[in-house]
Amino acid sequence: MTIAPTPFEFSAVSYLTRIGNQSAGTIEELRQGLQQCSDASIFFHTFQTLGAHHFLTENFSNDFAQWAMADANRNDLGELLASLDIRDYVSIAALREDLFRMVGDYCAVYPEFANQAALERFYFCEGVEVTVPLGLRARTLDEFRQGIEHLSHAGFYFHFISSRLRLQLQTNDFSQWLAGGIGLQTLADSINKIDIYTNTLESTRAKMLRLIDRERRKL
Amino acid sequence: METGISSRIPLEEYARLLGEGEIEELRALAKPLRGRSIEMVNSTSVGGGVAEILTRLLPLAEECGLDIKWDVMTGGEDFFEVTKAFHNALHGAPYHATARDFQVFRDYNERNRRQLPLDAEFVVIHDPQPVALIDARKKSGSRWVWRCHIDLSHPNQTVWDFLETFVARYDGSMFSSPEFARKLPIPQYLFYPAIDPLSEKNCELDAGFVSSVLTRYRIDPQRPILTQISRFDRLKDPVGVIRAYRIVKRYFDCQLVLAGGGAADDPEGAVVLKEVLRAADSDPDIKVLELPAWAPLEVNALQRASTIVIQKSLREGFGLTVSEALWKKKPVVASAVGGIPVQVIHKQTGLLAHSVEGAAYQIRFLLSHPEIAAKLGESGHQHVKENFLITQKLKRYLTLFLNLANGR
Repeated sequence: MTIAPTPFEFSAVSYLTRIGNQSAGTIEELRQGLQQCSDASIFFHTFQTLGAHHFLTENFSNDFAQWAMADANRNDLGELLASLDIRDYVSIAALREDLFRMVGDYCAVYPEFANQAALERFYFCEGVEVTVPLGLRARTLDEFRQGIEHLSHAGFYFHFISSRLRLQLQTNDFSQWLAGGIGLQTLADSINKIDIYTNTLESTRAKMLRLIDRERRKL
Repeated sequence: METGISSRIPLEEYARLLGEGEIEELRALAKPLRGRSIEMVNSTSVGGGVAEILTRLLPLAEECGLDIKWDVMTGGEDFFEVTKAFHNALHGAPYHATARDFQVFRDYNERNRRQLPLDAEFVVIHDPQPVALIDARKKSGSRWVWRCHIDLSHPNQTVWDFLETFVARYDGSMFSSPEFARKLPIPQYLFYPAIDPLSEKNCELDAGFVSSVLTRYRIDPQRPILTQISRFDRLKDPVGVIRAYRIVKRYFDCQLVLAGGGAADDPEGAVVLKEVLRAADSDPDIKVLELPAWAPLEVNALQRASTIVIQKSLREGFGLTVSEALWKKKPVVASAVGGIPVQVIHKQTGLLAHSVEGAAYQIRFLLSHPEIAAKLGESGHQHVKENFLITQKLKRYLTLFLNLANGR
């Protein structure tokens, strides 16, 4: 069994939600908010909300889409915003640009809806991330599997989803270590392809464990 | 006055519900805070949501190794008259505050400053009553945060202007919903209230006990049961719930249970109860149950026996009864007020309504589509598990203290 020179360090992670001073009561105000809010706010309403609502696998992709559908009552805009896949982005700037463009285009095409009051306001928030070592590390695939099985939802989300931005790569902590740490590139790629929008964190984890087990049988 | 810890449920018990990983994570987050001192201060040791949450939270924090204590400020009748008036005014009720009111408030806070230790590294002050204790803050690097459990979205300006002079000196503040917050010069964090899944109000119940409660109140388990659990208070709109039920009743042979307390010791509650009984008009399928102030097992049983749980409030604080119902995997139809939309994500974890007719329609929809109702209930349960349990609350506090300790 391959022993990695650098172990995988599992983290414990937790988030505070910081309430911002911006809110939107119309789609036009949402457009302005998307332009002015912090990067941390874009991150919170897209990446982080996916982790917080991982158990919703239908029609829930990000907070902007959910608000457009449920509160602004614009299903078409909601559908459009929900189609964004955060795995396509390695920077918040690019994600913000696309969100802003989509909402801006919508306002231009449907000016009659742009200033209609929504049922509830949208409040821009930010996530404050705190991580500490979990005290769990893996040098082999077996130890790695045990760690994955043991990890909390938040820890799993941190390593699998939010890591993409940290790494500035279209991959995640797990795949990066599997490929770079113990040379299992194919397994790393398969794990990276698991659809996080149509799976819960639990079903994603289960799929990952199945892929790891398949690999262990080969070794 | 320091408050002792009465009930203790070990963290391991929660692992059964949440998984070992979640508990391991709590312990890991607590590790850098072991032995560091925390002081919680509020104005009552019994009754009310804050005391209930602290009673549950402190033993868990202690088990994680935190040196945590809970102090209750003291005050005379004049102080609590003023703070009750402040409370109502902050919720938007008309109130003309006098210079004497502010002086009474300051005097009692000054007295408590001398009596309470207020010497912990992290001091958490709950609600407006003890907010002026911030004057006791020493320069030794202690961190003070203010936890506001009430809705400040439309406060009486005079009262808020007075309180804000104290609030602005804290290192941070916490609110139950973004809607409840103010524009402040200090960081504002979202801190949800929480339920304890192992408390009598939320624990698993034996089917025989649930059945006996239904028998006691003459509720037919064979027909759909719509339930609203709330005080007899106009802001909970019990009469509106009856109107919604009557619309639903045209299509479904259902029953309505309105269960709550508040009528025995509250003159206004007694008036509202009469209004409700009048609106019920002796309909044998409307059960108006006046429960004792603390009947957690009965509430639990009624929620578990319900087909749909309703919370048709006109105004609401956070509305934790919604989380209680969702935890029990019940489909919920609720008004989009206060903290309810945080718990009920429309069409994902429940259905929101904005009128009597809207509530009736959503109830009919769920009674017609039990598979959708079940799915909403399941998602609602997960939502509560991730966000509104006492263990999540502890995690939020640990995160806050770690964040403050890191100087942010």
